[in-house]
Amino acid sequence: MTTSTNAIEALANREYQYGFVTEVEADTLPRGLNEDVIRMISAKKNEPSFMLEWRLKAYRYWAKMEQSEGEPKWANVTYPPIDYQNIIYYSAPKSKPKLNSLDEVDPEVLRTFEKLGIPLEEQKLLTGVAVDAVFDSVSVATTFKEKLAELGIIFCAFSEAVHNHPDLVQKYLGSVVPYTDNFFAALNAAVFSDGSFCYIPKGVRCPMELSTYFRINAADTGQFERTLIIADEGSTVSYLEGCTAPMRDTNQLHAAVVELIAHDDATIKYSTIQNWYPGDKEGKGGIYNFVTKRGKCLGRNSHISWTQVETGSAITWKYPSCLLQGDNSVGEFYSVALTNNYQQADTGTKMIHIGKNTRSTIVAKGISAGHGQNTYRGMVKILKGATGARNYTQCDSLLLGDKCGAHTFPYIEVKNATARMEHEASTTKIGEDQIFYCNQRGISKEDAVNLIVNGFCKKVFRELPMEFAVEAQKLLSVSLEGSVG
Amino acid sequence: MTAVAHEVDRYLESFARLEAGAAAKGWTWFQPVRRDAMARFADLGFPTVRDEDWRFTNVAPIAQTAFAPAPEDGVSPARGQMAPFEFPGLTGSRLVFVNGRYAPELSSLGPLPAGVTVTSLAQAIPAHPDLIQAHLARYAEYHQDAFTALNTAFVEDGAFVSVRRGTVLEEPIHLLYVSTETPAPVITHPRNLIVAGEDSQVTVVEDYVSLGDGVGFSNAVTEVVVGQNSVLSHYLIERESPQAFNVSTLRVHQGRSSSVTSHSVLLGGALVRNNVHPVLAGEGGDCLINGLFLATGRQHMDNYMKVEHASPHCGSRQFYNGILNGQSHGVFHGRIIVHKDAQKTDAKQTNRNLLLSEDAQIDTKPQLEIYADDVKCTHGATIGQIDEDAIFYLRSRGIPKDSARGLLLFAFAGESLQRMKVEAIRTHLEALVAQWLPQGALLEDVR
Repeated sequence: MTTSTNAIEALANREYQYGFVTEVEADTLPRGLNEDVIRMISAKKNEPSFMLEWRLKAYRYWAKMEQSEGEPKWANVTYPPIDYQNIIYYSAPKSKPKLNSLDEVDPEVLRTFEKLGIPLEEQKLLTGVAVDAVFDSVSVATTFKEKLAELGIIFCAFSEAVHNHPDLVQKYLGSVVPYTDNFFAALNAAVFSDGSFCYIPKGVRCPMELSTYFRINAADTGQFERTLIIADEGSTVSYLEGCTAPMRDTNQLHAAVVELIAHDDATIKYSTIQNWYPGDKEGKGGIYNFVTKRGKCLGRNSHISWTQVETGSAITWKYPSCLLQGDNSVGEFYSVALTNNYQQADTGTKMIHIGKNTRSTIVAKGISAGHGQNTYRGMVKILKGATGARNYTQCDSLLLGDKCGAHTFPYIEVKNATARMEHEASTTKIGEDQIFYCNQRGISKEDAVNLIVNGFCKKVFRELPMEFAVEAQKLLSVSLEGSVG
Repeated sequence: MTAVAHEVDRYLESFARLEAGAAAKGWTWFQPVRRDAMARFADLGFPTVRDEDWRFTNVAPIAQTAFAPAPEDGVSPARGQMAPFEFPGLTGSRLVFVNGRYAPELSSLGPLPAGVTVTSLAQAIPAHPDLIQAHLARYAEYHQDAFTALNTAFVEDGAFVSVRRGTVLEEPIHLLYVSTETPAPVITHPRNLIVAGEDSQVTVVEDYVSLGDGVGFSNAVTEVVVGQNSVLSHYLIERESPQAFNVSTLRVHQGRSSSVTSHSVLLGGALVRNNVHPVLAGEGGDCLINGLFLATGRQHMDNYMKVEHASPHCGSRQFYNGILNGQSHGVFHGRIIVHKDAQKTDAKQTNRNLLLSEDAQIDTKPQLEIYADDVKCTHGATIGQIDEDAIFYLRSRGIPKDSARGLLLFAFAGESLQRMKVEAIRTHLEALVAQWLPQGALLEDVR
């Protein structure tokens, strides 16, 4: 124990490098939430009436829930009660009525994205990644739009999609995650300010990775963005999502919703690197990340794959799920969740097998260090009609330090006799002998731990697009700094 | 709401009657615990599927039935009626309880070594007040579990087994709980206390059977205290009528370097809940939890395991196999909790299930809760069917399809049965399992 403690501690003490604040004039609504605020958000975004009605319905549902039962209590996390009237629900970088090119974007915002390493400017040509950057839940720039438009791909801010493609939005919005789904999904539906929208037409293979970068900037705001991705018949898309936030003493709320829809033979790959501000070493501040992500394999042979690397946030509450509705559809979930200091993560997935011969794979890796509490919570449900369904689940936990916890809560419900499912889980700590082996070959303790942790997560990293995989590895070692022990 | 209150009220009424009578029978010291447990039950009420621990099991059929306490002057079955429930080759002591009441005329106590007490709990109170007062209701948590609370409030009798330090009892003790056919549904609350002193060895078999087809509810609680370096085996056999309800809780408190094995075989009952809760309280303890559940028709079998590692250097292994046929519903809920200072824990859990029919259903929920860092914990769960390749292999060697299926099913059940060390019990259970299998008759010659 003692031998490796120092190295882990050194690892854990590394600082959050995205914690800067950008001074941008922001257009902010007063704190609090009521119907007027929702009307105001809708009016500011100049939304069609169906959106406003939907928001109001969601708000009323949410208000009723808040009155009766409040937030969901089942997750294995603890936090002081959230005062929903003390949050700013809308904050947009002030300026420009409409953005046509990057030149019109507030230079302060652009500098922020540069600091974050987002290739908004010239680099975009080199990296070939189309980025939609969301700053305090308002989309500020979408690159490569024209190039994508040639193929018929729509990739734009959600608010833009509401205006330009209302039929698509109306058809699919809430079809996977209805506002009645849960407390935070209802809240998001009522107040969401922006997000990304993506539509891949029939038979098109998206030539580049699509990417969204989320950043919370203003103090005391909640970020509520909504992503909707539709892959039409036979199309393929890979989508990346990254998140950061400045360091602040108070906890900020992030309640996002992501909906994916895959039609016949379509493939969606959704990768997330979540690095919201996790709070300081005493557990002060940090983002509450309460996210609902769900994909619907609507068509035959459709395929949805979730990959996530969760290193940030004070509290993570997130279950990217797949509804395997079409016959022969495939759902995948690959996750690395790391908790250090006082972080808490309750994350996992749900695989609901509805169609015949549906298959799902779950690989979840949890790493706990410091006082972190890491919970895997997953559900595999095989319904009566899901003949020939197949599931493989593996969830492993790695413990670094003696004050952390690792928990697994899988639920397996099978109602079909032809189903086959396997579930495996293990919890271990890094072996003294493994570290000794590395030390013996001249590898320092810290490097050895990094090596072992990266090896532990390899199965998940392999699923990430190349650039992300490199970033994820770096991020993991940064997040672990000072926790090696 | 009113319906729920009504369900609990029934028990409050009979509790008042019991309290007046029980004090006279030597339970005076226990009255405060009884009252506390009753108050706790009134607070908790029957669990619903909203309770995480009862998510897959709806106990409404139990809650809604108006059970009566067993009649005081019930007709006692004849000794010959016990014959089918005997284990051929087992010659040790047998205690028989008819509808929860000790039946000395049906029981037989073999010659016991010095320092071993096997008797009914009610009879043991005057003889061993210290031992009983020190242990009874000290382990089973009636504050958390409604059924344990109910049992604690209504305790009247059960078995008491005590083995003195350094004593080895070779022959298993057979505790037979018989429910007879009664005009009204009867509820019984068997309560067993097993105390194994340091360096001792003992095997106890809890066996629930029915005579006739009555609806009855056995709500049993067994508390087992295992001293340092002791070896204890516990068998639970549930073979009541297909109308019976059974909720049994086994709570084991393990001392330093003790070794405990718990075997469960569930064959009967309409709604069965089997709680196994060992706490490894002393360093270096080891426990093996082994189970087999076979359900068919509309049977519901719920296995709830909670293994608590409270001390360092302990090991635990759990193996549960289930075969589900008809419209039956199986549940496996395995929880391993490793407390903060239980370093060097080695815990393993495996649950394997076979679904034989379209309408059978299985819910499994293996959980790990780990608060220590130097541990090795794994769990695994599988759900599947008989391997078609294996059937093909057997058929290619001239074994007919049905026999091949039967063989493979028997082998699957055998994984659990093989772990049972007492040969007389294992052989008898093998026969029971073969009988249960749809292809059982075909196995006669092969076995």
